[in-house]
Amino acid sequence: MRVVGCSNTLAIIETRKLAYTYPLAEKPAFVGVNLKVERGEFILLTGPSGCGKTTLCRCFNGLIPHFYGGKLEGELIVAGLKTSEHPIHEIAQHVGLVFQNPANQLFALTVEKDVAFGLENLGLPRDEIRRRVDWALKVTGIYDLRDKAPFELSGGQQQRVAIASVLAMQPEIIVLDEPTSFLDPLSARNILEVIHHLNREIGITVILVEHRLDLAARYANRVIVMKDGKIVLDGEPRRVFLDERVRLSGVGIPKVVKLYLTLIKDGLDLGKVPLSPEETSKLVMEALKLDRG
Amino acid sequence: MSLFDGLRFRNVSSTIHKFDPRAKFIYVCTLFVMAVLFNQLIPLLILFFSQIPLVILAKVKKEWLRLIRGSIFFATLIFVMNVLSLYFYGGHRSLASIIEYSSAMTFRFIVLVESFSIFFLTTSPDMLGLSLEQMGVPYEFCFAFTTAIRFVPVLAEEAQTIIDAQRARGLEFERGSFIKKTRNYVPILIPLIVNAIRRSLELAEAMESRAWGAVKKRTNLYTLKMSKRDYAFISISIFMLAVSICVRLFVPIPNLIQA
Amino acid sequence: MIEAEDVHFTYPNGVEALRGVSLKISDGEFVAIMGQNGAGKTTLVKHFNGLLKPTRGRVLVDEVDTRNVSVATLARKVGFVFQNPDHQLFSENVEDEISFALKNFGFDEETIRKRVDWALNLLDLTQYRKSSPFMLSGGERKRVALASVLAWDPKILILDEPTIGQDSYQKERLRQFIIQLNRQGKTVIIVTHDIEFVAECEPRVILMANGKVIADGEAREILTDPDLVEESSLVLPEITQVFVRLNDFGFPRKVLGVYEAKRLILDRFRGGFKR
Repeated sequence: MRVVGCSNTLAIIETRKLAYTYPLAEKPAFVGVNLKVERGEFILLTGPSGCGKTTLCRCFNGLIPHFYGGKLEGELIVAGLKTSEHPIHEIAQHVGLVFQNPANQLFALTVEKDVAFGLENLGLPRDEIRRRVDWALKVTGIYDLRDKAPFELSGGQQQRVAIASVLAMQPEIIVLDEPTSFLDPLSARNILEVIHHLNREIGITVILVEHRLDLAARYANRVIVMKDGKIVLDGEPRRVFLDERVRLSGVGIPKVVKLYLTLIKDGLDLGKVPLSPEETSKLVMEALKLDRG
Repeated sequence: MSLFDGLRFRNVSSTIHKFDPRAKFIYVCTLFVMAVLFNQLIPLLILFFSQIPLVILAKVKKEWLRLIRGSIFFATLIFVMNVLSLYFYGGHRSLASIIEYSSAMTFRFIVLVESFSIFFLTTSPDMLGLSLEQMGVPYEFCFAFTTAIRFVPVLAEEAQTIIDAQRARGLEFERGSFIKKTRNYVPILIPLIVNAIRRSLELAEAMESRAWGAVKKRTNLYTLKMSKRDYAFISISIFMLAVSICVRLFVPIPNLIQA
Repeated sequence: MIEAEDVHFTYPNGVEALRGVSLKISDGEFVAIMGQNGAGKTTLVKHFNGLLKPTRGRVLVDEVDTRNVSVATLARKVGFVFQNPDHQLFSENVEDEISFALKNFGFDEETIRKRVDWALNLLDLTQYRKSSPFMLSGGERKRVALASVLAWDPKILILDEPTIGQDSYQKERLRQFIIQLNRQGKTVIIVTHDIEFVAECEPRVILMANGKVIADGEAREILTDPDLVEESSLVLPEITQVFVRLNDFGFPRKVLGVYEAKRLILDRFRGGFKR
């Protein structure tokens, strides 16, 4: 099922000199953000705590400025809509936002009702709601859990419900704000696989805010690093991780990248910056000409 | 606490569970009127026992027994207070009539608790919210209602964690004067309230992000439709009510306990 | 010293969280208790300061049965920092927050003042002395919670999931801080599922699954064992994952750090097979 877009231009998100200051704040949360996101990209947005990445996320679906107030300067166009001129409920049909804490974004008493929530808000006919709910549940692999209460689910399952509820609205873009924060490593891995599937198979543009680059870097086609409210790096993961500024920004690059860098210093070039342990062992085997028995 | 157990939804599949909440609500209302209609022990006993087949059909025997056990305290209280007030202020009444009347009042209480319990044990909060919605209650209230219920276990767990965290910093609840003991609740209440406010904000964000308020008339994944069975249930309840009214007006009811 | 003797614990709602846990933690040790969410880790450590008492078996802290003393008495020795600082912050300012426990334990004014100064300084919070804890950022609130526990200088420190929501810089600072505390003689117990963090600290690891201890030993032995890791629903550390795949070619499996990985690869690159 391919998501049908509404914009003709290639860029699905476009910002020009975007800056935002929270109400009553002394200094802006971020400034000078110039960004162009193309349809189908998988963007990894990272940076130390307080760099402005979470704030930027909330601009994409209109929570900023409509819910938070404050001063939003510059231009932000998402799926053809100027966010400052459209209400959140309109933008939300194009941009889904999944939050960090799974429990606080599930309201209903059953998984099914929660996934249906957004669709009910949109006033869709019942059979359409039914169809989309079942589809979203199946895509995220939680169809069997549809009658369970959120309290009975594990953190990983709750996050899947959150993703399914957003997915059911069939947005072109899904933004996820540190979705693996509260999850154990195995659940984190599984959730990232689900998100990867949404991007690869269904074509949804993904913006993922994450600290755990070791888990997430392999899925992204683009990494954006923020620090002190500014974008300091923006590019292909392998190139960004090679850049010295990444370490200076306080971002934890994956250990396998550190390994690559320290090997180069001592004269062994693996040929490509690895983004996962699987890739690393393959590169090592090739570099050492090990027999693939 | 066992009194409240009898009011919590029990998730099984039974005949009574399948009834529309609105039909069950009418049942509770008619039972309420019938219970209040009579002062005599015999009809109230009949009302008490007549609900037991419903309890069995609803497969909630265990919870119902726990409820009865839980209400013994209040039942005894009502009994004793009636006896005492009748003895001292009731004029010239025989002991037998005092006991009969007090028992009747006690059973009236139990009958009411019983019917409420059957209602709540067999109606999920979801269905309850839905029936409120369909009865015309504005969606905001229904939503607040179901969301509050959804977070009750979360809040309970959070309260326990906060108590643990403060005890781990040396806070002792058992010791100290009355004033100190009251002050001890501040380190529990403040985090609880602050977290509740934070949680509400996060929920509001999530709601907005899912197009809350997009359309004036929300649709729903489920609707409640009254079936023939529900109408039958309602008819029977109303019929029983009519019968009770006739009995009350025209049929003299004997005392159970003879002087 | 903490001793658990065949500890069983069942919650009032019937969930059997601990099914026979026995272990001994000596003074000055650095231990990581790991396992999936629901394995029983937090339930276990709540027995160490008496918040929970075993339904069967017993727990001894410095040879005193936890069932015979109050939580406040045990808390004097065993400091517990909860996962979410917002579950304990309630005071008007950071200073009051830190002195809360000290007042509860009956320290005198003079000592309280000194200890508060010390704790503020230790956690880099002196500038926030008069600030409201609710106005601080997430990371700062975590430090306030930690400061308020360290203030009374417990000899055993338990940290429940200290790395959640932290960026790598904060985690690195935390790691060094914990190691420093341990070097000063404190017993440090962390409950976590953050494999990379534990791989960098290399403490003693106690692995739990389904309410039981399934492994207890060196981090290097346990974290690199694919079977154990799978049984406890964790994942292998990043570098170990690389070497597990290279195992068939004569590389060791038990590799945790970047630099030892580099050395092994370079040795092979330069000099062929080195056994």
